[in-house]
Amino acid sequence: MTITTGKKEKIDRLAELAARDDERGVSLWQEAFRRLRRNPAAIIGAVILVLFVLVAVVGPFFVPYGPTDAIGIRDGVVKSGQGIIPGSSGEHWLGYDHQGRDVFSRMIVGARQTLLVGVVSTLIGLAIGALIGGVAGAAAGLGGRWGRAIDTALMRVIDMMLALPSLLLAVSIAALLGASLVTVMIAVGVVSVPVFARLLRGSMISQSHSDYVLAATSLGVKKSKIAITHVVPNSLAPVIVQATLTLATAIIEAAALSFLGLGNPDTAVPEWGVMLADAQPYLGIRPALAIYPAVAIIITALGFTLLGEAMREALDPKLRK
Amino acid sequence: MSLLEVDDLSVTFARRGQRTVHAVDGVSFSVDAGEVVGLVGESGCGKSVTSLAIMGLLPKQPGLRVGGKAVFDGTDLLQLDDRSRRDIRGRDIAMIFQDPLSSLNPVVPIGLQVTEVLARHRGMKGDAAAKEAAALLDRVGIPDPKRRLKEYPHQLSGGMRQRALIAMAVACKPRLLIADEPTTALDVTIQAQILELLKELVRDSGTALVMITHDLGVVAGMCDTINVLYAGRVVETARRRPLFREPRHPYTVGLLGSVPRLDAGRGERLNPIPGSVRDVLPWPDGCAFAPRCSRRIDACVGEPPELVLAHDGRSYRCVNPAPLPGVEPGQEVRGAVPTEAQPGSVPAQAVPNDPPAVQGFGPAPREEEKP
Amino acid sequence: MFRFIVRRLLQLIPTLFGLSLLLFIWLRRLPGGPETAILGERGTPEMRAAIRRNMGLDEPILVQYGRFVRRLIRLDLGTSTSTKRAVTTEFLERFPGTVELTVMALAIAIGLGIPLGYLAARRRGRLLDHASVGGSLIGICIPVFFLAYVLKAIFSENLGWFPSSGRQDPTIGATRITNFFVLDGLMTREWDAAADALWHLVLPGIALASIPLAIIVRITRASVLEVLNEDFVRTAEAKGLTERTVRRRHVLRNAMLPVVTSIGLLTGGLLSGAVLTETVFAFSGIGAFIYDAIGQRDYPVLMGFILIIAVVYVLVNLIVDLSYSLIDPRVRVR
Repeated sequence: MTITTGKKEKIDRLAELAARDDERGVSLWQEAFRRLRRNPAAIIGAVILVLFVLVAVVGPFFVPYGPTDAIGIRDGVVKSGQGIIPGSSGEHWLGYDHQGRDVFSRMIVGARQTLLVGVVSTLIGLAIGALIGGVAGAAAGLGGRWGRAIDTALMRVIDMMLALPSLLLAVSIAALLGASLVTVMIAVGVVSVPVFARLLRGSMISQSHSDYVLAATSLGVKKSKIAITHVVPNSLAPVIVQATLTLATAIIEAAALSFLGLGNPDTAVPEWGVMLADAQPYLGIRPALAIYPAVAIIITALGFTLLGEAMREALDPKLRK
Repeated sequence: MSLLEVDDLSVTFARRGQRTVHAVDGVSFSVDAGEVVGLVGESGCGKSVTSLAIMGLLPKQPGLRVGGKAVFDGTDLLQLDDRSRRDIRGRDIAMIFQDPLSSLNPVVPIGLQVTEVLARHRGMKGDAAAKEAAALLDRVGIPDPKRRLKEYPHQLSGGMRQRALIAMAVACKPRLLIADEPTTALDVTIQAQILELLKELVRDSGTALVMITHDLGVVAGMCDTINVLYAGRVVETARRRPLFREPRHPYTVGLLGSVPRLDAGRGERLNPIPGSVRDVLPWPDGCAFAPRCSRRIDACVGEPPELVLAHDGRSYRCVNPAPLPGVEPGQEVRGAVPTEAQPGSVPAQAVPNDPPAVQGFGPAPREEEKP
Repeated sequence: MFRFIVRRLLQLIPTLFGLSLLLFIWLRRLPGGPETAILGERGTPEMRAAIRRNMGLDEPILVQYGRFVRRLIRLDLGTSTSTKRAVTTEFLERFPGTVELTVMALAIAIGLGIPLGYLAARRRGRLLDHASVGGSLIGICIPVFFLAYVLKAIFSENLGWFPSSGRQDPTIGATRITNFFVLDGLMTREWDAAADALWHLVLPGIALASIPLAIIVRITRASVLEVLNEDFVRTAEAKGLTERTVRRRHVLRNAMLPVVTSIGLLTGGLLSGAVLTETVFAFSGIGAFIYDAIGQRDYPVLMGFILIIAVVYVLVNLIVDLSYSLIDPRVRVR
């Protein structure tokens, strides 16, 4: 069979195209990342978060005033008792708060605190939840009378935790341990334990029923090896997504605790939730005092939520084409 | 004039940042009243999209473009507005889908799913509709139809579900029935029963049937005329007997050659078509099948092959078609003709029941092989 | 069906026992018992011991628990250590307020969320879709108490459209029967009392509804989008049914399944939100009371409350399961 070179090239090019198509079988994560980059919501979320982290980490070194420095009162500009709290000016971009402190500096330093509370409490929830869920999932996967019993018992505990209103759980933990920064973190973290536990257990069980695990088992791969190389990595994706989403709720939850007066009692460290709570009595005089931290909380939570949702979408096998 | 005349139908999906996909790229075929027409091809060749485009059931999405014509009884279905299309669907043209479980609404009883068609197109209500629905279920061979009307899809077996779907499709005695892989999701034994049922319904009511399938056995047992699709175009059209006996397009030859046979000698191997449907040349650049074709010549690449009209109303789209039998490749082809025991095809019992008009193709080659 | 309900209710008993024992032990471990709340930091050890003995807190924990259970069987939850009134009386007075508030919030969330989510799915990619998806994202991210303050500042303090606090105008002098103020007004035909109570529910109801509304919109939208792609919707279209029939009978009914499930999971969140909303609107429901009770170490109130929450949770999930089985014949209640 003879083919002129020009035409042959054409066919070769096609074969090439087809071959490139085959390369699409790249890893789940690469593919997810590629789709994440194309999603504007993910980009917005990521930009918000990068800015937030940047401000939280670097910002406090560059604040114009000390966050606890009552300059306004010292200078006699702020008389909150008489309802005089000056707003923004050239020197104090966001004005003073009721104790005469510079709001801009407090917002910047507060970002670090908010990030800290969010991350640590999410990690606490993730660690405990993953431990319970992982044990329950493994027990259910191994089966047997004991396996099922352990799984059932653990899930009963988790169900009870779910039944309790999360805030009351947090409030009673805060009451039990006494108000402190660590308490806030633990209280907020514990609230997210059931979510992580159920998620990890659920995806572990569904993974262990999947065909590739069956295939690996039939090839004689050890159960522990299957768990480490297949089940855990594949169960991880939804957990990471959930962690991102939980960061948003953790920040809001921490603010609610502060609002109820169970936040960090150490007033030397400003935190957005505390600032928002502190501003309540002055809503009539200067609502901006509440609006700044509230908007900051909303935008940060939005950033985590946008990114988390976009990640969920990117990792969803149903949406993959 | 034919009942349905599809002319140069094209469906393209344009997606932002991606290559435009030509799912259907100029398909033309026609269906006469009462005729059984097959659309055959590998998955991805555009046969299902063709049927959905005719029905106007393609999921609405930006970038979807449907071109060409689909003239049914004098009206171009593609030009109709949504309302008139809904009037025709289910009444004049009905459709049966591949997976009966997912094609039935899980939360609505079978009875309502049948009577809603009757209510919509025949204005039947209450007891009359229920009675008619029971009669329909009875007609498609569902035992104890009155009880089944109250049941939900998950309570029925796979075969029963497909029968129920068929009952809904034939409820208004449509003039055209489109069956999209109606047996693919079913067990082999059930497949034969369903095909038998379809054949019987079509014969009794004079409904034309478009059978969409990748299963040559189904085609051999049922169709009068067969259109072979490749990469969104019809590459060969022929009556059943000539197509199986003397396929002209190399793709058809390849399809027939890749069917496994029980009567093949032990040492004989299947002749699969090399490559996959993805190794496609865009039609404007030549024959889409060229990259996989064993009869490829220079003329295959560069320009799309014209449709060649041959005797007996058959046509093929190839510049170097397989020669007629008596010459070399015909022998192989004849060997590929389905016989009774083929896996996935119509079992033998289907053949003797064949009405004379559509005399089964199955026994014929055996007679020829004997001498 | 009946057997299913009975069995589920019977399952409540071991759950309540387990939960109450765990909580009993846990609550007793909270540092500083009611004596600290009563005496403050000043009381002498003798005075503290006297109060503890008086309340029976000096006995072994299991003895205390046994006494608690014996009383519980007679539906006696003891006496509040902070208000000195029977816990059941307190609850009968305050719980109806919270129930009214959460029902109002759920009504808003469901009544608005399902149509909005449905429309967003139908107009996918258009303005309404983007607006409701964006809106629901923001709804999830707004702290409930902040929204409550904003609503209160705008609609009651500035515009004066709604009352800013309380459950009902006391000057109406409405008759009390069930302590469900709206219901009482309707039962006694004191229409103005019912309307006033309803009016008081609007702002807190909206604030409390924000998160459930956002969740319901999102779930409805996602669920409708998924159902629209189902084969059976294509079948319904192939039958030539009118758009209305396809929508109601085939799309909506199936799309409701995940929504119903999610409503069951909202209860815990609603009660948390109720604490915050009730605080902002000085709404005398159970939330603010419980918050105080934690601070006061009011053990009888806390125990009683958590048991009631458990009962509510089980009942809500029972209702959810029953309504699920009504929509989906594949789920049979046994």
